Amino acid sequence: MATMPASASDLLKSFKLKTKQQELLIRVSILCLVYILAFITRLFSVLRYESMIHEFDPYFNYRTTLYLTENGFYDFWNWFDYESWYPLGRIVGGTLYPGLMVTAVLIYRILRFLRFAVHIREVCVLTAPFFASNTTLVAYFFGKEIWDSGAGLVAAILIAICPGYISRSVAGSYDNEGVAIFALLFTFYVFVKAVNTGSLAWSLASAFGYFYMVSAWGGYVFIINLIPLYVLVLLITGRYSMRLYVAYNCMYILGMLLAMQIRFVGFQHVQSGEHMAAMGVFFLMQVFYFLDWVKHMLSDTKLFQAFLRITVTCAVAVGGIALGLGMVSGYISPWTGRFYSLLDPTYAKDHIPIIASVSEHQPTAWSSFMFDFHILLFLFPAGLYFCFKRLSDATIFIVMYGLTSMYFAGVMVRLILVATPAVCLISAIAVSATVKNLTVLLRSKNKVVQTGSTKGSGGSKSSSKALLDQSQPFQKNGAIALLFGAFYLLSRYATHCTWVTSEAYSSPSIVLAARGAHGNRVIFDDYREAYFWLRQNTPQDAKVMSWWDYGYQITAMGNRTVIVDNNTWNNTHIATVGRAMSSYEDEAIEIIRSLDVDYVLVVFGGVTGYSSDDINKFLWMVRIGGGVFPVIKEPDYLVNGEYRVDKGAAPKMLNCLMYKLCYYRFGEMLTEYGKPPGYDRARGVEIGNKDVKLEHLEEAFTTSNWIVRIYRVKPPNNRW
Amino acid sequence: MGKLWLICIASISILLPFLCNAFSPETPTDRRVLVLLDDFAIMSSHSLYFNALKSRGFDLEFKLADDPKIALQRYGQYLYDALILFCPSVERFGGSIDVAAIVNFVDSGHDLIVAADVNASDLIREVGTECGVDFDEDPSAMVIDHIGYAVSGTEGDHTLIASDDFIKSDVILGAKKIEAPILFRGIGHAVSPANSLVLKVLSASPSAYSANPKSKLSTPPPLTGSAISLVSIVQARNNARLLITGSLSMFSNRFFRSGVQKAGSQTKHGKSGNEQFLTEISKWIFHERGHLKAINVKHHRVGETDEPALYRINDELEYSVEIYEWSGTSWEPYVANDVQLQFYMMSPYVLKTLSSDKKGLYSTSFKVPDVYGVFQFKVEHQKLGYTSLSLSKQIPVRPYRHNEYERFIPAAYPYYGAAFSMMAGFFIFSFVHLYSK
Repeated sequence: MATMPASASDLLKSFKLKTKQQELLIRVSILCLVYILAFITRLFSVLRYESMIHEFDPYFNYRTTLYLTENGFYDFWNWFDYESWYPLGRIVGGTLYPGLMVTAVLIYRILRFLRFAVHIREVCVLTAPFFASNTTLVAYFFGKEIWDSGAGLVAAILIAICPGYISRSVAGSYDNEGVAIFALLFTFYVFVKAVNTGSLAWSLASAFGYFYMVSAWGGYVFIINLIPLYVLVLLITGRYSMRLYVAYNCMYILGMLLAMQIRFVGFQHVQSGEHMAAMGVFFLMQVFYFLDWVKHMLSDTKLFQAFLRITVTCAVAVGGIALGLGMVSGYISPWTGRFYSLLDPTYAKDHIPIIASVSEHQPTAWSSFMFDFHILLFLFPAGLYFCFKRLSDATIFIVMYGLTSMYFAGVMVRLILVATPAVCLISAIAVSATVKNLTVLLRSKNKVVQTGSTKGSGGSKSSSKALLDQSQPFQKNGAIALLFGAFYLLSRYATHCTWVTSEAYSSPSIVLAARGAHGNRVIFDDYREAYFWLRQNTPQDAKVMSWWDYGYQITAMGNRTVIVDNNTWNNTHIATVGRAMSSYEDEAIEIIRSLDVDYVLVVFGGVTGYSSDDINKFLWMVRIGGGVFPVIKEPDYLVNGEYRVDKGAAPKMLNCLMYKLCYYRFGEMLTEYGKPPGYDRARGVEIGNKDVKLEHLEEAFTTSNWIVRIYRVKPPNNRW
Repeated sequence: MGKLWLICIASISILLPFLCNAFSPETPTDRRVLVLLDDFAIMSSHSLYFNALKSRGFDLEFKLADDPKIALQRYGQYLYDALILFCPSVERFGGSIDVAAIVNFVDSGHDLIVAADVNASDLIREVGTECGVDFDEDPSAMVIDHIGYAVSGTEGDHTLIASDDFIKSDVILGAKKIEAPILFRGIGHAVSPANSLVLKVLSASPSAYSANPKSKLSTPPPLTGSAISLVSIVQARNNARLLITGSLSMFSNRFFRSGVQKAGSQTKHGKSGNEQFLTEISKWIFHERGHLKAINVKHHRVGETDEPALYRINDELEYSVEIYEWSGTSWEPYVANDVQLQFYMMSPYVLKTLSSDKKGLYSTSFKVPDVYGVFQFKVEHQKLGYTSLSLSKQIPVRPYRHNEYERFIPAAYPYYGAAFSMMAGFFIFSFVHLYSK
């Protein structure tokens, strides 16, 4: 009995951890919580609606994943899909980034192996949240690498709930970006690690990270341009080192060779203008190394100066000539339109309407920065300040990543996503450094000077600063107030993020929800209703013509052949559809017949007030159609530069196919109490042409809320 | 007569399963014909024509056009395979028949013969309009030809015209040349320019015009010369065949039997061409001639027999189809040298004339073009007088698989050499670098 207390106290003692172990425990448990938080905050959509795939592109990804699970990798790799882009078809295996599908199938196989009877759809739905969780871990390590583990933890928390990232990674948003952001951050982290350590192993890892990124998303071009830029900056600022040489060369060569294995990318690394910067920097590195060697061999400085001048001039000249020859001979392709539009935001608007027509390619509105970043927007400059105060190879990298991606985020809405990790990391540095400074200040009051020497590099600076500031009055109170302020801001951030996630980013957009007159929730499931109708009621080989937005959904859910879809690889084909939609019916029918179209599908929001319908997209059809077929002229559809559908609309507008198909039989419909029949709720006007007669098409199906309307193409007149 | 009935009943009972459809794919010839008359006197006055039809095995059912009991269909099934309207003056059909019903009858693949006449009713004109011809708007107008008239007892009245301006088609008019001119007295019509399917079988001579013979010509006649069609046919897209004429009397026994001498011509024919012309054309209308069917469309890679689900670019393939023509009693091989096959994707990539073995089998072989996409095998055989054959079969063409390219290409040997020499060099270099002092 006597021994018991002793052993109990021993036990207690053994539970009493050392400070370091305590910190580790706290760190690990925080990370675990963040990992779970990142996953569950993305499940709003599943709880609100159901476990379903969202939006447009994810449906294609889902369809290909399904194909991959059913037919195996080689069939997937060689898949020629004749159900889209009729009659051209699409080589799916060679025109997609397979990383996402392979990842999902891998997870699926593992789960199956572990005897979890899941359906591939569930795996697809939850892939993005899973990778978001993994991203938080990478963010932690990255933060630790560039600053300290505190910054890493804050970065992990910030990125776990940052709306800019959540917008593309909620459950069901089964898109390339979901895994690509993980890959992007992982590549950057490992590369910075490689630069810091000069280790061949880490740069090999970054090459593989890059390979994964290339296999997952076209945004890899950002990596292959940012890293050379970073190396160039280091070279110019005189930070060239053997570590950098090893890291970059290994990463570039291996990454390039690996990337070439992706069919969609192919030889672009050596042939396309967008990748030439990386190659140029690679050669420049060799020149640098060579010069370094010569400098080492030559003792005469003057001689070396002369040699340097000659070598650099020669190298630049040779590089320039090679690039020029490559461009002229067509071996090196010029920059693509998308790339141009990144550098010059007005380029797409003037030259490529098909890029400009996509809402996520629009220049970012100021409010959406606020919406997606909230307090990070203010913390970002503060973080930059801290980074500049403690410049190292790693902080230079994060600064460059932050600044360039912020610029791109300003150019295109969707690139906010790429900027998010950088913004989170830099803000985390700001938060972590500030809080650390403040707490050090608080503690130094209590424990006097003693704390100064305990901390490492990061702590010493701030504590010495605290020592300096000791003389100032109200220091402690001020610090407490500031800490509370920071806490308040961060808690506001958490509230804001949760609110944004639940209100704005968790809608699948395939099922629409609205508030009814009594505050109840009304669900419009018209899309799936229409696609199900197509699947059940049309011949197996029926061809459906619609605007390209709905192509992926029709093939994935309706299982019918489409003329154009969201993979906008053939502008002429899309323009043909745009032309058909904006022509008079008897002109359109010629196009429709030449494409063997059996059904025409339009999306119409006039009854429900759903504003992203085909009438509101119509001007883009006119523009894209007119870009290839000059018979379609935009002014014909406008009245004094104004787009309208009421009585004052342009006559061509009132009689074009799209108008007729949307407003067929609408003139007799009463949509809102106290308004005349044919009152369009999406645009708030009474339509101008209520007596729509169709000659060559007939209504086949209209969904319960009129959102999707399907028309059958009649056969040619029997006796004429 | 009893024997004929027996044959009729026997044939009906044998064909009963097929009778629900207009012309079944197996026996396209019509069997049951409804004849609508203004009055039953036409039965005797036009008996030669009707008997000719009966003798070929048709089951004619005569009804007055305003008989309240007539109906084309019952319980959604058509009761007849063809309709003959010998009722130019009817204002309203009896029973459930109206213009829309007749149009539906044609659009579901049934045949129609319409004979109008002077003072044709609006109803008959409307039927004509639906079929793509416009009768002269003046109700009492007739086709008058002061040069091409038929010599007859009543001098000065040149409304009885003798025309021999036939369409040149053996399929429609039979192989035997029609020697004697056709007697025609009635209203003229013009074919609608918007209609691409209507054909003039018998046109008026260039000197003809359409006017009221009893009144003086004050304004230029609306229809003149060879624009006037006397007999027109339509083969609808669903292969229903229609005949429209502006003369009921050209079917009559009197015209069948009467001799004919064209004004200005010395040859006097003892018998007009009406009987031969109208009998031959009725064979065409009722699908006893010029009806094609295509069966056994096959395609496969050279050296294989199974039809693949899709081809690869540059595959060699064989295509064959059997085409038969209905002779009225049996399917005979169709012999032609102009049946063409298109390998089509938005435009024909391959256009080949199929070679025939004279037994109905048409075949060809070609190489799939070096273009992937969804192609169609298309046979669009539209020949005057024949039913239109339009076969199209969708077939995707895929690009090479990743392992179908050549493994080693001679042009790349320098690169292989470079790669391997590089590896060897690197190995030696490493060895030397690591182990030399």
